[in-house]
Amino acid sequence: MAMSSTANHRYRRLKNALMNAVSILCAVLVISPLGLILFYLIRQGVAALNWEFFTHVPGPVGQPGSGMGNAIIGTVELLVLASLAGVPIGVLGGVYLSEYGGDRVNDWIRFWADVLNGVPSIVWGMVAYAIAVVPFKTFSAYSGGLALGFIMIPLVLRTTEEVLVLVPRSYREAGLALGLPQWKMISRIVLPTALKGIVTGVLLAMGRVAGETAPLLFTAFGNRYWSHHLSEPIAALPLQIFAYAISPYDDWHRQAWAGALVLIFLVFALSAGVRLLSSERKKS
Amino acid sequence: MTPRPDPTAALHRNSRWGDRSFRLLCLAGASTIFVLLLLVAYQLYHGSQLARAQFGWKFLVGSTWDPVDEVYGALPFIYGTFVSSAIALLIAVPLSVGTAIYLTELAPVRLRQPLVSVIEMLAAVPSVIWGLWGIFVLVPFLRTTAYPPLQHALGFLPLFQGPIYGIGMLTGGIIVAIMILPIVTSVSREVLRSVPNLQREAAYGLGATRWEVTRIAVLSYARRGIFGAAVLGLGRALGETMAVTMVIGNSSDISRSLFAPGYTLASVIANEFTEATTDRYLSALFELGLVLLGLTVVINALAQVMIRAIASKETRRVA
Repeated sequence: MAMSSTANHRYRRLKNALMNAVSILCAVLVISPLGLILFYLIRQGVAALNWEFFTHVPGPVGQPGSGMGNAIIGTVELLVLASLAGVPIGVLGGVYLSEYGGDRVNDWIRFWADVLNGVPSIVWGMVAYAIAVVPFKTFSAYSGGLALGFIMIPLVLRTTEEVLVLVPRSYREAGLALGLPQWKMISRIVLPTALKGIVTGVLLAMGRVAGETAPLLFTAFGNRYWSHHLSEPIAALPLQIFAYAISPYDDWHRQAWAGALVLIFLVFALSAGVRLLSSERKKS
Repeated sequence: MTPRPDPTAALHRNSRWGDRSFRLLCLAGASTIFVLLLLVAYQLYHGSQLARAQFGWKFLVGSTWDPVDEVYGALPFIYGTFVSSAIALLIAVPLSVGTAIYLTELAPVRLRQPLVSVIEMLAAVPSVIWGLWGIFVLVPFLRTTAYPPLQHALGFLPLFQGPIYGIGMLTGGIIVAIMILPIVTSVSREVLRSVPNLQREAAYGLGATRWEVTRIAVLSYARRGIFGAAVLGLGRALGETMAVTMVIGNSSDISRSLFAPGYTLASVIANEFTEATTDRYLSALFELGLVLLGLTVVINALAQVMIRAIASKETRRVA
């Protein structure tokens, strides 16, 4: 009796140790791709990085002094356009949820915003193609920015609401007690108080769309030269990486790695900004 | 004597007007969510008119995709989307749940936040970079090192027969698995964290080991939420585009072997949209988009319902 209970105990302890090991193994397996991808990006990418890479446009295979300068600037331009489209709408929507909406309506908006968030990005590219490429008969930076803006709207709306509800009720009451109309109270007191949080949400959304390729394939389209007008096709870093990655040339593969390194740096810089802002917010 | 006009009346009128228009502006911002939903559904429906008129429901079951003869059937892509997503879920869900258990039940407290940050970074890696890495690192590794022994061991199954190219359905599934790991892990972690500590303490009180506590008190309690996390992962997997396009092989033949190249809804759109030379071709691609939209909206709505059910149970308990 005593024996079997000890044996049983030992069996349970063994099983416990085994399952703990399994869960540690899972965690290691889940985070290892990050290590692997950073390792290869740095190993393959740094070698192909040089000053020309940032200042020159793509050239013929093997020609020294070709780069992705136009794609880097293009991505920045597209991010600005996307933010112009997505941020005001998202922020206003977030204000509605936190300041005006009733519980039922808010639940519906949140629900569908989250569902929209799961709509594949390529679908937004098709919508932007239908409404901003077909009528003007040309691929353009505008249409690319619009496609990315669509993706940003639900993201910005949700994060804005989340930070606005953190603004203490007493701030609002103080404003109203001074006789401010509600809209002035919101725009002069609530929004400035939550500004850092809102910016954090915007950076988060920009980080999410900065690396998007699929919605740009048939909107921004890509361009091997500098584009001079936003109504022309424009280069973007992810598009250039894609085009080079599936090309048959080693030289272009090297440049794809370098482009990927720059892109991931951009994305991580945006999320570092998020971390910085949100840690400051916690302190204050 | 007439009463003197109230000097603040104009101010009041002004602020009422301001209030009303600001409120309307915000309402417009919030209703954009519904506008977007209608817009995307309408555009894809409208864009696919030609294909729907010609092929009707047979579009969904047709297995021929032939732009030259203008015969379009979506079955190879629907099949490829589901098979690659199923592979992704089979790999990602157990790993994610294991990681979530480690993060909530086992990991030293000081290690938890850094690990969560690492997983967030993983989520931030763009799809096209996974694709690049997939082409030049993962595919060669799988072709030379992982697949031959796999075929040797499981080759009696039709799933693992046939030539090994490196690219193919299984590779597509693996890359999607990597990409949905972060979201499934972080939602599972939220679910496990929502399990009340009382539940754990009760099991410890009965003398359970840590694993027994996890299994009896935590996992059985969190089962539905973890299912919700898996469904959310499925929603993301169905729509993954770039990385899959780069490693799945892009062949519209339905093959029984997982080593054979396949194709997904999203990747055929990515590859062929700019090459669609005829209206009917473009319209067929729009219909693929419509199918993809329908699938992801239904799956995501389902996942949100499931995850919300857990969350509201929690808030009710706290309130």
